[in-house]
Amino acid sequence: MSANAAVQDNKPVVRKDISKFSWTIKEIKKNKVAYAMIAPFFILFFVFTVVPVLLSVVISFTTFNMLEWPKFVGMDNYIRLLLDDEIFLIAIKNTLVFAAITGPLSYLLSMFFAWFINELRPKIRAFVTLIFYAPSIAGNAYLIWTILFSSDQYGLINGLLLDLGIINSPILFFQDKNFIMPLIIVIALWSSLGTSFLTFIAGFQVVDKTLYEAGAVDGIKNRWQELWFITLPTMRPQMMLGAILSITGSFGFGDIISALVGFPSPDYVAHTIMHHLQDFGGMRFELGYSSAIATILFFMMVGANLMVTRLIRKVGT
Amino acid sequence: MASYNKPAKRYRALNRSLGGDIGVYIVLAIIGTIMVIPLVYAIAQSLKPLDELFIFPPRLFVVNPTHKNFGDLFRLMGTSWVPFSRYIFNTLFYSVTGTIGNVLLSSMAAYAMSKIKFPGRSFLFQMIVYSLMFNATVTGITNFITMSALGMVDTIFAIIIPAWCTTFGLYLMKQFMESSVPDEVLESARLEGAGEFRIFIKIAMPMVKPAWITLIIFAFNGLWNQGANMFIYSEQLKTFNYAIGQILAGGIARSGAAAASTVVTMIVPIIVFIITQSNIIQTMSTSGMKD
Repeated sequence: MSANAAVQDNKPVVRKDISKFSWTIKEIKKNKVAYAMIAPFFILFFVFTVVPVLLSVVISFTTFNMLEWPKFVGMDNYIRLLLDDEIFLIAIKNTLVFAAITGPLSYLLSMFFAWFINELRPKIRAFVTLIFYAPSIAGNAYLIWTILFSSDQYGLINGLLLDLGIINSPILFFQDKNFIMPLIIVIALWSSLGTSFLTFIAGFQVVDKTLYEAGAVDGIKNRWQELWFITLPTMRPQMMLGAILSITGSFGFGDIISALVGFPSPDYVAHTIMHHLQDFGGMRFELGYSSAIATILFFMMVGANLMVTRLIRKVGT
Repeated sequence: MASYNKPAKRYRALNRSLGGDIGVYIVLAIIGTIMVIPLVYAIAQSLKPLDELFIFPPRLFVVNPTHKNFGDLFRLMGTSWVPFSRYIFNTLFYSVTGTIGNVLLSSMAAYAMSKIKFPGRSFLFQMIVYSLMFNATVTGITNFITMSALGMVDTIFAIIIPAWCTTFGLYLMKQFMESSVPDEVLESARLEGAGEFRIFIKIAMPMVKPAWITLIIFAFNGLWNQGANMFIYSEQLKTFNYAIGQILAGGIARSGAAAASTVVTMIVPIIVFIITQSNIIQTMSTSGMKD
């Protein structure tokens, strides 16, 4: 089937009687209807995604407040960000720490739980999938953690610890610098078994079963070898998508953090680049400066993704 | 054979040891319990009468369940300045119109990109893949500038129209069409003189039902859970989720109603997922990224 498609693909390309350019023009004219079909989506995509990204790079070299025409200031915003803005450096550090922990962990948890769940029988499998996936779609259910870890004796955790005599006074979980980061990381992980988790669930189900029998003949003895030598190499496409979704997701917990520990967070312990952006863009209307923040964030996210997908491409080669 | 009259013995599956199986079950049971406790706790809180909400030591489960908290929630809704039905209508209106446009535009584009060989399609698809690598925080501020230039700020269009072009929806649909709609069928329809639009609606769309169900669920969930939106100021354009958050900021006296609202908002997406799970899994099985 793929060989067949390749033949169809190649046929028009090997024409030698016309130049590549005029062939392209001819193909474009022939496929007018295709462009009509993608136009509505891609016009909106350009207006609401491509243009904003390019615009934020441009505006990051200016000062702009929506009222006056932007003034070109060169690299000033970036210099100010990196040399003059201590809180931004805290934000970068927090974002990287948070993303470096939640991204890979959420990815590995998605993969391993999906693998474990795949061992179950179909009826139970559907139920367990629901249990693991539910937190990620349950709206603002993460707020229930503020009651679980509430700072008074009525919170479940504090109440339990007090009752058992482990502590004498309630712990202020969401105000205490030592607890904030670990706690939001746990909550973020809890709510992060989302689309990438489903990708893995589905990926495990469609692995060709005859490969396992062939593998057993070749000396594969247990489930770990089976995972490493057969399942994961055939699931590389799912691993790629899962990685991208997990990494992008790990940069997107700003709203959850604000809802749990407030904005700005105590002593900026949970202040991320998203919060810095919100501060300067949404509140102070320093659009040039905040565009510089957004541009840095953009390159961080895309850079992390490209790095990891390049790494995954090497798996099994 | 000696065992011909015995019931067939169940052999262990290939490469699976009993100890390993038990280990898997134990891990899933423990982690599954941790995953579900906060949700169970939310439901229990919503059913607790006031004296059980503030009891020491606190209990996970409810002893005398009451539906009073849900009553309180609806009573609180009645006290808001803009009639609460307006917020509910807004959320429904945004969710429905946003979802319909989203599924239509992305399926149409996905059909063209997966089934018609036109110059530029791999470049455009590469852009879609790159767009999965960053989130909307990056584009928020400049989107605000674009939208004010287009006069969309503080209108319903600021919510609905951006919802029409979620790149992940296009990505999923394109991958699914590529592997589930055979080219031969389309080719024979073309030979019979059917236009691409007709083939798309009459032949391709019925074949990718799991994918558009998945797109509907993802788009609807996103819009349904939408809270405050930075492009909307007018109170009468805001959503149910936002309004409920405002009401419940009212402190301890409302913690029962707060739990009730959490239950109300989480129950809808969960039920929808239960109904559509097999379709969604089927769609995700083709979603991998080939390099």
